[in-house]
Amino acid sequence: MLKILNTNHSQLTTHMFEEVATTTEGDLVINVGPQHPSTHGVLHLLITLSGETIKNVEPHLGYIHRSIEKMCESLSYRQFIYVTSRMDYLSSHINNHGCALCVEKGLQIEITPRARVIRVLMDELTRLASHQLWWGAMAMDVGALTPFFHAFREREAINDIMEETCGARLTMNYIVPGGVMFDLHPNFQNRVKEFIRFFKTKIDEYDDLVTGNIIFQSRMKRVGYLSKEDAISYGCTGPTARASGVSCDIRKLYPYEVYGNLKFDEIIETGGDCFSRYLVRMQEMRQSLSIIEQLIDNIPDGEFQTKTKAVLKLPKGEFYSRVETARGEFGVYIISEGGTTPYRIKFRSPGFSNLSALNHMAKGHKIGDLVAIMGTLDLVIPDIDR
Amino acid sequence: MFLKKYLSDIFSAVASLLKGMRMTGYYFTHRKEIITQNYPDNPELMKLPERFRGEVVMPHDENNEHACTGCTACELACPNATIKIITKFDISPDGKKKKALDTFIYHLELCTMCNLCVVACPTDAIKMAQNFEHSVFDRSKLTKKLNAPGSKIREGIE
Ligand code: SF4
Ligand code: SF4
Repeated sequence: MLKILNTNHSQLTTHMFEEVATTTEGDLVINVGPQHPSTHGVLHLLITLSGETIKNVEPHLGYIHRSIEKMCESLSYRQFIYVTSRMDYLSSHINNHGCALCVEKGLQIEITPRARVIRVLMDELTRLASHQLWWGAMAMDVGALTPFFHAFREREAINDIMEETCGARLTMNYIVPGGVMFDLHPNFQNRVKEFIRFFKTKIDEYDDLVTGNIIFQSRMKRVGYLSKEDAISYGCTGPTARASGVSCDIRKLYPYEVYGNLKFDEIIETGGDCFSRYLVRMQEMRQSLSIIEQLIDNIPDGEFQTKTKAVLKLPKGEFYSRVETARGEFGVYIISEGGTTPYRIKFRSPGFSNLSALNHMAKGHKIGDLVAIMGTLDLVIPDIDR
Repeated sequence: MFLKKYLSDIFSAVASLLKGMRMTGYYFTHRKEIITQNYPDNPELMKLPERFRGEVVMPHDENNEHACTGCTACELACPNATIKIITKFDISPDGKKKKALDTFIYHLELCTMCNLCVVACPTDAIKMAQNFEHSVFDRSKLTKKLNAPGSKIREGIE
């Protein structure tokens, strides 16, 4: 009896062991990162290779964990917003926006029409800047260095506009509960119009330089396929999911601020491969341009900030709000006990869910394709790690 | 048929590469389009917008007077404990005790340039300066005293 039990047990363990283990003899396990240029940050990938074919990718996180959620529990509702700029630093303005929306929901204050439009304008400029940087960095990942400089040239124009109105180039902290921190700079409208004119010619250059390039296309097409079902089950959002045919644009589905009154398309591609993700972002840039064009001449007059109490206190309860950042859905969940600081804050960051699909996408591809797949996921590591 | 497709593939591939190369050639021959520049050693070339947030300063007027009442609103608004206000009691001519600023300590190394202190100040006593070159050899130099020696509060500010 004992003997039989023993055999069963060992069979069981062998079975489990086989399920868990991914390496067999002859496989090569390599580490990419945490300091590697193509991971765009301190991401550590443990890759199991069979020859040059990827068998498994295991992302290891925690190298840039700053416990932002815990930190926010000791900061007041005005103070915690600036910290979220340090999460997804490429769409810091949109992160701030999500937080301010959540606080405003709790306080039940209405913000002025002018503040709404300013926020949306800045959101779209941030999205453009983020997509430009993604375009340059991704092209650089797959071997084209020139686009990187082109992208930074255009991004510089946006950063200058931001600097003039918000006072900073990357971590703006321009949004405060109740509106925005300053009014628009007098030059703002002219400079944005100038930028639109300038960028419209440049975005065609982007297509000439990279999109049509045959080498680029063959690196992108039929690589990193993610089906619609998988995109949903991994919780992907943003351009990553939209390239697989999932309709998930928060701006369309749950419009906030003035997005409900604007004319723009939700870009959906059905290819699910790297090239589709590339196309979604390229077309989103044009959509952002059209949103800015619709708003720039129609900024309502009035106050840019509603008066709020000096000390903000959210009523007891739970509040959730979400916005569409350049990478997908960003959610802020606040539990309040009625005090001046949140009892608990949870951020739903798009990068984390998008990264979880990486293993699924990369399996069976060559190691060189991994860089292309990661490039089209548009990962920002501080956003994943928080 | 196969050969035709094979050849047309090659031609379209070469055409797509040439299209990209045309752009490279354009920038190669148009030197005016070059936008990189040297680090602005000459401070006059470096004009930053006036809202740019480089560091917190306390402006003093020609009589060495500032506008800070020592109310500590900025200290409370700061998320990183960057500011420490030390207050003292001034005795006014009619014998009343009045709270006043003794030392405004500012830890530049902790500051995230979030501007919350400037917004919180009821008397606009502090503002953001555009200086961005903060590197020093000794970190103790980053702890600054913002009110000038011997300065006092401007008349009429409550
Ligand atoms: S700018 Fe922000 S971090 Fe710096 S002193 Fe003011 S409140 Fe503190
Ligand atoms: S700087 Fe302004 S907020 Fe800070 S103590 Fe002085 S008066 Fe108060």
